[in-house]
Amino acid sequence: MALLQVDRLRVEFPARQRTLVAVDDVSLSIDAGEVLGVVGESGAGKSVTGAAIIGLIEPPGRIAGGEIRFAGRRIDCLPDDAKRHIRGREIGSVFQDPLTSLNPLFTVGQQLVETILAHSDRTAADARRHALRLLEEVGIPAPAQRIDAYPHEFSGGMRQRVVIALAICAAPRLIIADEPTTALDVSIQSQIIALLKRLCREHGTAIMLITHDMGVIAETADRVAVMYAGRIVEVGPVRQILRSPNHPYTQGLMESIPRLGSDSAPLAQIDGAMPRLHEIPVGCAFHPRCPDASERCRETRPALRMVADSASVACLLFDDGCADD
Amino acid sequence: MFSTRRRLRLPVPTGTSCLIVAVTAGRVTGPRETRTTTMLAFILKRLAQSLLVMFFVALIAFLMFQFIGDPVHQMVGIETTLEEREELRETLGLNDPVLVQFGRFVSAATTFDFGISYQHKKPVADMILSRMPATLELSILSALFALAFGVPIGVYTGLHRNTWLSHVLMTVSLIGVSLPTFLIGILLIFVFAVILGWLPSFGRGDVVDLGWWSTGLLTTTGLKALILPSITLGLFQMTLIMRLVRSEMLEVLRTDYIKFARARGLPDRVIHFRHALKNALVPVITVTGLQLGSIIAFAIITETVFQWPGMGLLFLQSIQTVDIPIMSAYLILIAFIVVAINLVVDILYYVIDPRLRSARNAEARS
Repeated sequence: MALLQVDRLRVEFPARQRTLVAVDDVSLSIDAGEVLGVVGESGAGKSVTGAAIIGLIEPPGRIAGGEIRFAGRRIDCLPDDAKRHIRGREIGSVFQDPLTSLNPLFTVGQQLVETILAHSDRTAADARRHALRLLEEVGIPAPAQRIDAYPHEFSGGMRQRVVIALAICAAPRLIIADEPTTALDVSIQSQIIALLKRLCREHGTAIMLITHDMGVIAETADRVAVMYAGRIVEVGPVRQILRSPNHPYTQGLMESIPRLGSDSAPLAQIDGAMPRLHEIPVGCAFHPRCPDASERCRETRPALRMVADSASVACLLFDDGCADD
Repeated sequence: MFSTRRRLRLPVPTGTSCLIVAVTAGRVTGPRETRTTTMLAFILKRLAQSLLVMFFVALIAFLMFQFIGDPVHQMVGIETTLEEREELRETLGLNDPVLVQFGRFVSAATTFDFGISYQHKKPVADMILSRMPATLELSILSALFALAFGVPIGVYTGLHRNTWLSHVLMTVSLIGVSLPTFLIGILLIFVFAVILGWLPSFGRGDVVDLGWWSTGLLTTTGLKALILPSITLGLFQMTLIMRLVRSEMLEVLRTDYIKFARARGLPDRVIHFRHALKNALVPVITVTGLQLGSIIAFAIITETVFQWPGMGLLFLQSIQTVDIPIMSAYLILIAFIVVAINLVVDILYYVIDPRLRSARNAEARS
């Protein structure tokens, strides 16, 4: 059984004139110890999906449909207090910007200790010892000297390590990492990715890695889900999708990645831009930009269908063979 | 930071030198040393600014003597001869060059000597000192009232933005901001003193004289007399603090670190009152400190409405009788209090926000 199972999730934001659908009919699952990459452009619904899983959709946004199960237990309709016990304890989070994720007026140690105490019955002294171990584990040099420092005394990469230490305070089984490397230098990015991978390997922690960086996905993820305009358009093992993407959008994404040593031809790009939430077209959301769009694509919204052993794609080009289902 | 213990062990000299000694005594080895020296540099810089402000205030206070009437006319009767007037002028030093007179004025002011009141023929310093406890007790109580109600109401309306109680409180606060102080005072007197008869409408009630301080805090009538003036004086500040706390809370609750605190699974209580409130209070401290100065200065109106025997009332009476020594002494004293409070607030700000400390350290290192 999957550790996390999201079924037909729908997240809506009521706006003045009409309701905006940020996440539409998204289903995904993550097994224990697995890294699922979620990739897509800004506004594709990646972060909202992550926020929905930990129950932190900003009001007036709300989960309008679907189910979220964690370790077999439904967690999307729990009371607030029970959701709080899942956050941090069962599902840890890492945010995008380490510069703003930490409260500037509290020392790193204070923030670690309060998080540890919120999820365990340890004494304060024991919690501090645990905090020191965590800082050491995420690779902060000389943690005993750094634990009483304020966040601004750390560099960006070190702060992201502190954020990761905060995420693993209670040894969660799943970490939702929302663009954990976007705000960092490239050289620091790979260190943070390596740290996440190591934690995943050593503790068997599953990671939902939200990013728009295909390179990060290729390096880290076991499986990848590609999101477009609030929907998953393709999901499958990362090697398979990188090597032979099925969905025209994924293909476009792959072609637009610059490669070292390739010829100096202009980089391919997908024409147009992803539609805003209030102007998602009828039918397949990608059809206005799709080179292979047909008349049917303008009317029928494709469902996610299995195309190979373990890859699924939501595209009518692959729908013909099994249209009767 | 240097420890308070270290500060207390020192022999205590007076005034600003005490502050500097305390800071240098906090000097320890290692990185703390730079922190202490930059702190010292910061305080010295602010002190120099404060002295400059005091210099100009003293200049204005001094010029009042030059331009608002002739002091000799104020002191003598109509039957005094011209020779006697000239003699008095000479003994008072009014024929000396203006700069000499100013120097004399400033050096006298630093020893708290503001001359003799024209009207009362008593030393101005004594008159002001005897009135000061009344004003300070009223002002501090008003500030405490403003904080005690402003902060919790601000937090409540910030956290529960759309409840009916929040809307009621915000509307009432708008009235508090827009009603003039004297009107609030008169309304309160009308309701609580005239109609209900619960509280006195004027004066301080019974006061206990402690020798150097007369307090109304130790008697029932004294405490009762404090209630209406404190509310009158503090109401505007309370609404100000409340609105400030509310907007700061709303601002802070939107930040990433609050979202991340939620994602860490901290209880709401901890997020709201530990993480959000502490960040929201940083600007509130500044504003409250600065407002304390204006509370003391604007106590004049409240003191007039309630016939409160404080410095403000004395000042108003001195204006009516053109008693320039009292006016200029009051001006200098109020300016001194405001400048001193500003200095303390700046230092407090520095102590509370670790980012400010290190920013200044970095500045000093480079």
